[in-house]
Amino acid sequence: MSLLTKSPGEAAARETPARRRRRRVDHLPYLLLLPCLAIIAVLLLWPLGQVVWMSFHKLDSVRQLRGDREWPWVGLANYAQILGDPFFRTVLRNTVLFALANVALTMILGTLVGLLLNRLGKKMVTFVASCVMLAWATPALTGTIVWKWIFDDTSGLVTWLFNKLPDGLSTALFGRSDWTGYGWFNDPLLFFAILTLVVVWHSFPFIAVSVLAGLKSVPTELQEAARVDGAGPWKVFWKVTFPMLRPVFGILVVLSTIWDFKVFTQQFVLAGGTQDRTTFMLSIYSYAEAFSPPPKYGLGSAIAVILTVILLVVTALYVRMVLKQEDE
Amino acid sequence: MTKKIALNGAGLLVALFAAFPVYWMVATSLKPNREIFSSTPRPVPAEPTLEHYREILTGNLIPGVTFADFFLNSVLVALATVLLSGLVALLAATAVARFRFKLRTTFLIMLLVVQMIPLEALVIPLFLMIQRLGLYNTLPSLILTYLGFSLPFAVWMLRGFVAAVPKELEEAAAIDGASRAQTFRKVLFPLVAPGLVATSIFSFITAWNELIFALTFINDQQKYTLPVAMTFFFGRDDTAWGSVMAASTLFTLPVIVFFLLVQRRMVSGLVAGAVKG
Repeated sequence: MSLLTKSPGEAAARETPARRRRRRVDHLPYLLLLPCLAIIAVLLLWPLGQVVWMSFHKLDSVRQLRGDREWPWVGLANYAQILGDPFFRTVLRNTVLFALANVALTMILGTLVGLLLNRLGKKMVTFVASCVMLAWATPALTGTIVWKWIFDDTSGLVTWLFNKLPDGLSTALFGRSDWTGYGWFNDPLLFFAILTLVVVWHSFPFIAVSVLAGLKSVPTELQEAARVDGAGPWKVFWKVTFPMLRPVFGILVVLSTIWDFKVFTQQFVLAGGTQDRTTFMLSIYSYAEAFSPPPKYGLGSAIAVILTVILLVVTALYVRMVLKQEDE
Repeated sequence: MTKKIALNGAGLLVALFAAFPVYWMVATSLKPNREIFSSTPRPVPAEPTLEHYREILTGNLIPGVTFADFFLNSVLVALATVLLSGLVALLAATAVARFRFKLRTTFLIMLLVVQMIPLEALVIPLFLMIQRLGLYNTLPSLILTYLGFSLPFAVWMLRGFVAAVPKELEEAAAIDGASRAQTFRKVLFPLVAPGLVATSIFSFITAWNELIFALTFINDQQKYTLPVAMTFFFGRDDTAWGSVMAASTLFTLPVIVFFLLVQRRMVSGLVAGAVKG
């Protein structure tokens, strides 16, 4: 239209393609987003709603899932059954304690390693960081398999180490001197301790590298000034370093919490499947209820919903923190 | 001076703790059985051998199916995931990095939130979806699932790479008369390609490592991906640790190589904007 009212030369000079585009409402960004939105909606959001819907039904066979049989509505009966079950409370307690312990240990070890990397010489830092990266890169599956081998009850390294202890000392401390054939994974507490070791080993590198990146991005003058004024390392960390890195720590704690609440692969591999109910945590409990025969998809869904709600609360905290920083 | 020694000593301890299991995996895979099962473990293989690798690469795990078949299944699933997720993510990342539109912030917040959905909680409803679609026991069921899982992070990461390409280049191309499609193909795409590679590697690792869904959606043993095959054939009580460690090494190696190539971006992606320098 404008082309007709103005002289052709003037119009050509003003109306570069870029300008013309800016005028009308642009549909292109929405078109570009469409495939992405569709995939997220169908593969993440829809199932999220579906799991809630399933948790209100009694679903005990695959034929119900395929749609060959109807879904009897049971309301909150699945939740009532779970919440009334003392076993669920044990599982919930295990999950929360495990997550707390793992987040704390991962954060402490990761921060210490980050601080250490910040103080090391150039060659040393490259070497240590590369090694740390190896632990991070190793897939959860194979990392756990190796730890299982290290704790093998006949030829494992740990069994050998404990056999090496002087018999008297070993007996005095643990009540046994021969460790060959000792089932490291049989006692639930010991199982959780080893699982913690595996999970912390996998997750401390991310904390360490993030803390290091944080340390590199803040000015060092303040720390030096505090040191010159006679503050010890403990005081320098809590009074100077930590306050500056508070946002980083906030995000790291939330991410770790989310990850440690839903540990699955490591537990599945270490326990050799879903038979050992004494070491269940929420995610594996939900899976076992749904898929170990006899299948109970409704009940499993209800447990999954409870896990999701817990993580949702943590996520809300996370998003609030990120948004606050984008504003600053 | 003593302080420096203490620091370096601590560094060595950390390095040992972090790297030892990986070293032990490789070392065990190279030891003959009599060394693996001896009562005094050797730190280094005395007579290194490739027999375990030969064993898993040539032996049939079930009649007619070898380790290579599982490896191929995994590669197929991971590559398909990477291609699809890379393409879709590039379009979406261009939208958020190049345009200002109404729901832009809403979309970005949604990306953050969906990354926090516990995927473990979606096994049951996705199992239902796969059953309904008739995809149960097929590799596409996994490709579809992993596409959904890897996409949000891929968009989140790629948007930074797209934003880093100076807008003026595209405007110049537009002024020279290039169409939007041409600008995208000839200007933006080549400049974003390195970022696309980095993003693809993350999608690859996500798909390559995944266990739970592969365990649930696949029934036929010859369609197992590598992680499922490993828990199924090697997770048994009477474990042949030499073969297990050889298989683990072959599974882990590509991940470590890829990971080291892109780990820098990982940190900046996850804690982006946490510290303003």
